[in-house]
This record gives sequence, C-alpha cells and structure tokens, in this order.
Amino acid sequence: MSLVGEGADFRGPIAAATRLAEPSLATVGDYIALMKPRVMSLVVFTALVGMVVAPGSLHPMIGFTALLCIAVGAGAAGALNMWYDADIDAIMTRTQRRPVPMGRVQQGEALAFGLTLAGFAIVVLGLLVNMLAAALLAFTIFFYVVIYTIWLKRSTPQNIVIGGAAGAFPPMIGWAAATGSLSLEPILLFMIIFFWTPPHFWALALYRTQDYARAGIPMLPVVAGETSTRRHILLYTLILVPLGVAPWALGFAGMLYGLTAAVTGSIMLALALQVFSERQPAERAARQLFAFSILYLFLLFAVLLVERGWGGLIARLAA
Amino acid sequence: MGRADRPVGGVIDGIAMNEHPKDDGIVLTEAQKRARRSRSIAIALALAALVILFYVMTLVKGPIVLVRPI
Repeated sequence: MSLVGEGADFRGPIAAATRLAEPSLATVGDYIALMKPRVMSLVVFTALVGMVVAPGSLHPMIGFTALLCIAVGAGAAGALNMWYDADIDAIMTRTQRRPVPMGRVQQGEALAFGLTLAGFAIVVLGLLVNMLAAALLAFTIFFYVVIYTIWLKRSTPQNIVIGGAAGAFPPMIGWAAATGSLSLEPILLFMIIFFWTPPHFWALALYRTQDYARAGIPMLPVVAGETSTRRHILLYTLILVPLGVAPWALGFAGMLYGLTAAVTGSIMLALALQVFSERQPAERAARQLFAFSILYLFLLFAVLLVERGWGGLIARLAA
Repeated sequence: MGRADRPVGGVIDGIAMNEHPKDDGIVLTEAQKRARRSRSIAIALALAALVILFYVMTLVKGPIVLVRPI
C-alpha cells in the first residue's frame, strides 16, 4: 500500500517554482483556517478547565495570557500539520478544501507561519507565565507535529492512540500555568482525553475508511478491518468510562460531576456496544458514537468547570 | 506579471549602464493588493497586541517580572 496517495503532484518542483513567482492571494481568513480554529477552541476549553480546577488563585490577566499562548501554540501545531500533510489533505474529501491543497497558501508559507507562531507562543508563555507551562506547550507542539504528523500518522494503525497524547496535554498545561507544578489530578484529565481519542477517531474512520485508504493513511479500519476496529472501540470505551468517573471517585469532583460521568459514560458504552454488535447499517452506529463522543467529553469538562469554577467562586464570595 | 531585466553593470542587451529601461517589477492585481493589505493590517494588530500584552503583564507582575527561577 502506498503511503503517499496518487494525484498529490503539487509538491513537484515545477509547480513549486511557478507558485513561488506568484504573489500570494492568501487572506487573513486563510491563515486563521491554517490554525484549525475548531480544534483550537477545544484545546482552549480543556486548558481552561485544567487552569480553573487547579488549587490556589491566579490573576485573570495571567490566566488570559496563558490561554492565549496555548491557543496560539495549538494554532501553530495545526499550521505545521497542514504544511506536512498537504499531499494527503488534497486527496481526502474532509480536508481537500484546506488552504494549502486549495493553493491559497503555499506550503512554505504554512511552515513559516507555524514555526513563527510556535516560537512566539512558547517564549511568551515562558516569559509571562512560567517555564513549566512553556516546556509542556513546546513538547505538545513537538509531539503533535513530529511524533504524530510526521512519524506515526503514515506508519502505524496505532497513530491516533499514541498521537492522541498531544490532544490530551492542554489540561496539564493549564494546570501547570496556574500552579507551576503537576499532580495526579491533571494527569487524570490527561488520561480521560487520551483514552477518549481512539474510540472517537476510530468511529470517524469506520465511516471514512475509503477516504483514509485512498490517502494511504493506515488507520485501524484500513489495515486491520472493521471487526477489529469495533473490538478496539469497545475495549477503549471500557477503559474510558471508569476513568471518566475517577475524578469523583477520588474526591477531585463533586456529585454533579459523578452523576454526569456515570450517565454519559453509560450512553457512551451503549453506543460502543451498538457499534460492536451492529453490522447493518454500520455507518449509522459509528456516526452516532462519533457525535456523542464529542458531547461526552464536553459535558465532563463543562461540569467540572461549573463545579470547581463557579462553585469555587461562590465559596470565595461567601467567605 | 514578471520581472523586467535590470542592468546592474556594463551593457545588457544593448542597454548601457546609465540608461534605465522601464521596470515595473511585479505588478499586483487588485485582489493581490487587497490580500496583502489585509495581511499587513493583521500583522500590525498582532504586534500591537503583543506590545500591550507585555505592558499590562509588566504592571500586573510588578518587580517580580524580573525574577525568573528555572
């Protein structure tokens, strides 16, 4: 199986040379698109939760600066991902309208943009917040771009299992920004996102198998088949659901969180079982699991934010 | 769109060094000019925001801003 799909000829030297001679038509909107704003918003949200649940107080301006740097760092990682993946983005239906495959932004511009943003985000976070948070942000960008995008994505069906760590780091960065240290609680938040990522992406890959196969990405359904993927989805969901409840069980979160995690975790498990057992129509069950997995993660973190954020604020005001 | 040959010394294509043929350089289309202007404004705003951010954060952190344990 070719790992680089056919038809991705825009990396050719003639095309590149021709494009270099043309002044750019890229707009600000194209550069914003390079930063994957939807992914960025999820990163900011989970980092905010990590920051709010951390003990102690944090000046709002320092908190804002940390979130800004984390957002820009996530955007940098997105731009660098689009720089490297331009060839496969051009083949996949889901990604072919991105600025680089559309020809609105050149690959070199995406690379320069990503590196510049990454540099600024890390340096500013280190100078204005703290070095641990900056080091974690630098490692996250490195992990997403080098370990996931350049190495794992095209070489192993475990790509999103290991690469998922990159998406799991933001709550730890948020916690580190607030406290200057790490503890079990942010690691637990990391574990929840880490074990949430495989069922989420494999559900998507189940109904986008042909897209991934055409681009030569060895996603689990492409390499190991649908049956194995369904089994893996169920296995990871069985690990995820108790992890989701763990913050309440360990006393980090309150009753509302525990209840939400139990109910939504049960639905998540039921949907994973449906994906596991239902053969026809296979796509519907996978789509339902994919959609609900987003809501599941959002609810867990939102309830934690409400409980610890608003709860903490009310407690401070009452005191 | 393209670059005209620019004599840098001696005689090029019969044009002496002290003669200056019409050189328009790269001529941008209106769309390219608009895109460049929007990019320039965005960069200016980002730099201004960075200056304000450092200024405000210096006020917020006070003298401790210079204390930087690793």
